Amino acid sequence: MKAEGFNFMIGNIKELIKAHEGLKREVYLDVENGGIVAKEVLESMLPYFNQRGYGNPTLTHKPGWEAYETIVESAQKIVGFLGCKSIDEINFTPGETEANNLALLGSTLRMRGRKKKIIISEVEPLSVTYAAEMLKEYGFSLTKIPVDSEGFINLQKLEESVDRDTVLVSISTVNHEIGTIQPIKEAVSIVKSKNPEVIFHTDASDAYGKIPFNVKDLNVDLATISSHKILGPRGIGALYVKENVNVERILEGQIGTQRLWPGIENTPLIVGFAKASELTFQEFEANMSRMRRLRDKLIDGICERISEVKLNGPRGEKRAPDNVNISFLKCEGEALTIELSLNGVYVSSGSACTRRILQPSHVLVAIGRKYEEAHGSILMKVTRLHRDEDMDYVLEVIPKAVGRLRGITGSIEAG
Amino acid sequence: MSRAPMPYSQKILELFRNPKNLGRMDDATVSAVAGNPACGDMITFYLKVTEDEVIEKATFESYGCAANIATSSMLTEKVKGMKLEDAWKISWKNLVDEVGGLPTVKFHCGVLAIGALRRAIRAYYKDRQAAPEWLPGELTFEEKQALEEEELAKVLSKRMKTTEDGV
Repeated sequence: MKAEGFNFMIGNIKELIKAHEGLKREVYLDVENGGIVAKEVLESMLPYFNQRGYGNPTLTHKPGWEAYETIVESAQKIVGFLGCKSIDEINFTPGETEANNLALLGSTLRMRGRKKKIIISEVEPLSVTYAAEMLKEYGFSLTKIPVDSEGFINLQKLEESVDRDTVLVSISTVNHEIGTIQPIKEAVSIVKSKNPEVIFHTDASDAYGKIPFNVKDLNVDLATISSHKILGPRGIGALYVKENVNVERILEGQIGTQRLWPGIENTPLIVGFAKASELTFQEFEANMSRMRRLRDKLIDGICERISEVKLNGPRGEKRAPDNVNISFLKCEGEALTIELSLNGVYVSSGSACTRRILQPSHVLVAIGRKYEEAHGSILMKVTRLHRDEDMDYVLEVIPKAVGRLRGITGSIEAG
Repeated sequence: MSRAPMPYSQKILELFRNPKNLGRMDDATVSAVAGNPACGDMITFYLKVTEDEVIEKATFESYGCAANIATSSMLTEKVKGMKLEDAWKISWKNLVDEVGGLPTVKFHCGVLAIGALRRAIRAYYKDRQAAPEWLPGELTFEEKQALEEEELAKVLSKRMKTTEDGV
């Protein structure tokens, strides 16, 4: 048997990439998992690699002071977009995963062994779910709030679950897979009225720049935001920590301009994150309504053209403007992502086959989808850079791809 | 969540794009299924067997990923013209080699393809109430592996459900 070494993978991947030569169009819809950096964002970052502000922002020389000034200005922009008080509340991290871990572990670990309680929902991203499960090992109890068939959290269960021992509640503002916009303001008020000491964290990575999101208005204590989901660079995100909310470092090292994340700040990425935020909030309403229209064009187009499909998540105003998540029955998701890729449409799937752990999306299972429905699911996110022609092309490619794969499934009763 | 593209070989890509011997065979002598749709991998094998126990034609249907489709397709090509006794001897490792290797997490696709083939061969003799000497009475290691794969998928699904229910 051929050894599965690094060379084996590289050789094969070269051939996979080559198989895409001659595509007439390419449409990238996998912003969930990283993606295109907007041109203006990239341009804003470039000088900070080698022309100015390339120094360490805590050091006493010109490139260091320039970096410091740049980081402060960038953070100030984000303060404005988040509606928080000051840049001291913004902690840049290398991304959503790290910000979520900082939120969950940093706000609770000091209470380990005291039988305290953590509450999350059943549909949180894995960086919240796994961090919460790790806290169980440290003696915390963990409650997962169930969701309905559209992914909305059960507020009554939330109210019943919060007690004197509860220290942290973490519920995403917008679900990363199915786009459900949660009633976060209501959830915060329910939690705080039962126990004002509880720290409320929300992963707002899919809300920031996509729906109106204001930490002051929502009254959350901690909020995660991420750059790559708004066409900024990957490798940068932030955790908002409300003034006087007790969060501790989870990593040790040299402290720079911020208390909660040690190490040297990545100035170009911070600049890119701020620029991406600026661009996203420019003509925000117009961009969002166009994305909503393109989203619905895709959803309606697929439902009209293809039989045996199911939309995952709600329709209309309570769905994030960018999110399209559809289960295609009798069609396995990994095979579908490859078939679509060979035709220039790049998406991801909730199928077990696309994951190293061979388990289907926990979000789709939580909303009551059968395994075979989860296996045939495709996640697409439209961005402000997409146009009608892109959706037309996707709507031309998907029915053919699904049709071919359903031909291979043949008479097998799947889904 | 990890959604890294699987480093599939060119052979797999080729068979995924143009699978051979695809589709239900209405005049099949015997057919068998391995896997189940809940685990996202399911193969049906159809064999047309001559009177002197030679596989005249083999076709398949697959609900599964690219590796599943490619290994199934490869196996139908491989067994064509083979005596049932020789087809029985093919291991999933042979099959994985012939598709140019598979990522470790996809070995089960080969296991299921072989599992379906051996089930079909057993079904053939069971229908005829015959038991050739070369056909082991007990399930072979590879057949057990296919069963294990099916069981494993069920266990994983159950375990996940339990986790989802919360604590």
